[in-house]
Amino acid sequence: MPQAQWKIDRSLSENGNLAVRLSGDWNMKDGLPLVPEAIQQIESIGKVRTLSFVCQHLGQWDSGLLNFLIKLEEALHQRHIEMDRSGLPEGVDRLLKLASAVPERKGARRESDQTPFLVQVGNNTIELVQGIKDMVRFLGESVLTFFQLLRGRAKFRRSDFFLILQECGAYALPIVSLISVLIGLILAYVGALQLQQFGAQIYVANLVGLGMAREMGAMMAGIIMAGRTGAAFAAQLGTMTVNEEIDALSTLGISPMEFLVLPRMLAMMLMMPLLCLYADLVGILGGAMVGIGVLDLSFTQYVVQTKGAITLTDFGVGLSKSVMFGVIVALSGCLRGMQCGRSSSAVGLAATSAVVTAIVLIIVTDSLFTIMFNILGI
Amino acid sequence: MDSTKKTTGPHITVNNLTMAYGDFIIQKNLNFKVRQGDIFIIMGGSGCGKSTLLRHLVGLKEPAKGEVRYHGTSYWTAELQVQEEIRKQFGVLFQSGALWSSMTLAENVALPLEEYTELKKNDIREIVSLKLALVGLKGFEDYYPSEISGGMQKRAGLARAMALDPEILFFDEPSAGLDPISSRLLDDLILELRDSLGSTVVIVTHELASIFAIGNNSVFLDTDTKTMIAEGDPNMLRENSTDPKVQNFLKRGKA
Repeated sequence: MPQAQWKIDRSLSENGNLAVRLSGDWNMKDGLPLVPEAIQQIESIGKVRTLSFVCQHLGQWDSGLLNFLIKLEEALHQRHIEMDRSGLPEGVDRLLKLASAVPERKGARRESDQTPFLVQVGNNTIELVQGIKDMVRFLGESVLTFFQLLRGRAKFRRSDFFLILQECGAYALPIVSLISVLIGLILAYVGALQLQQFGAQIYVANLVGLGMAREMGAMMAGIIMAGRTGAAFAAQLGTMTVNEEIDALSTLGISPMEFLVLPRMLAMMLMMPLLCLYADLVGILGGAMVGIGVLDLSFTQYVVQTKGAITLTDFGVGLSKSVMFGVIVALSGCLRGMQCGRSSSAVGLAATSAVVTAIVLIIVTDSLFTIMFNILGI
Repeated sequence: MDSTKKTTGPHITVNNLTMAYGDFIIQKNLNFKVRQGDIFIIMGGSGCGKSTLLRHLVGLKEPAKGEVRYHGTSYWTAELQVQEEIRKQFGVLFQSGALWSSMTLAENVALPLEEYTELKKNDIREIVSLKLALVGLKGFEDYYPSEISGGMQKRAGLARAMALDPEILFFDEPSAGLDPISSRLLDDLILELRDSLGSTVVIVTHELASIFAIGNNSVFLDTDTKTMIAEGDPNMLRENSTDPKVQNFLKRGKA
């Protein structure tokens, strides 16, 4: 394949026309002559008024040639030299015309602006405040839809509700079982090492029982559901936002809050305490496995000790927290989904943000509850 | 993208192609040829398998039976490297543009260039600007797809499809969702690109105006018989076809 070549006819015609011969293959991948060099050559000739082309020996060409010619024309224009395109192959001429057919829209091009550090801090603070306001507004709206539900006027499909119930209840059991049994196991081991020194290993049952019922059962169930179902809610609602499905609901006069958020929130509020109770029991079972297997306690001993250690109040503490956690997971999932932008990456961000929001809120709420119960002496 | 590289013989040959999803046959016994430089229309009623045929032609779906040849090379029996070489000659414009929404227009167009050529960053940027200028989007390099209108997204998709100077351009319903004027402009653009680049163009569409305006070869797929019932220049088909279904389609039910 002959290389792309650019050759100047040394003779300048009387009216200042300079002819240039283009030959060889002008493919961008092979490397092309550079515009500044070409300009230099032209300027060395003398006073050129127009530049024309002879292309008899031009072989294959692609966008590289077009790009070269566009840049050349710009450079020539600055030097008040006219480019005569008539010698170019027809296709090249037409494409050049096409490329300049639509003028650049004014103001379309974006300037990259560097915001100073303080401005960025300010902007982020304003955004944060706005974010909290949005969250509170969303909370308010969902409370209002709850009133609608109580008045029996909430519009949502029962079948949707039961599907969500199944999705965030029954289908979550395997993962909740696994995590809870392991948490029970870990608690038991941590306690056993210390208590064995005093020969008080029987108190492992108290530790695991109280730990699971008051704290860990609810918290672990909450965190699992935040990662599992909260993210799913956000991704689902986010995709619906991208596809304009939410707008379609709104135009029909169906409130997305009632139709989408309410059933999810209800389902989570119903299922979360059940999952929490289940996690408590499975966790205690995990503790029992350590007690019986490693600490030489009998099953009856362990059960009796556990029964003596925890009261119904302890379970109540955990369960009341778990209802709150259910609300938090559903709210943050739905909120982030509804706030989703209109692109596929926004859906990913929404899911991430839903999980982060939910876990942070769960931990904060949990500590508030613990302090409150402590003051109240429950 | 040049007019000298033409080889004789058909550009795309479809032999005895059967398309199916599992046991469900969409179309069978398809035989047709697309010549170099054709604007080839795939037409037929909704749900007859037009888009599925396009997916077969661009190598996204394997035929249940039969073969698709490009310049005589059968795609599905070729080695992976050969397949990749063939695919590099395709430019595909999907129905809704299918721009990657997390990237700016410039990044969208640049991706194929970055992956398949060894051009320097600077050159890529210039080529990208050129391609966007060709589709009338000069200055929109730093916009995200969600920030521009549907018609602009489609044109940006076309710029991406043209990034590698493909020999064959595939369009899935290019005028869907465009107003008549934008749709007309897109037709003109397709014609212009074919004439200046000498590429072969394959279009799935049921927009009659553009079928007659730009198509010079076509195939008509039928839902009931599950095979093609006509082929050739759509303008000739409208005048000469004896099949009532084809007549009905091409004359908007006024046959």
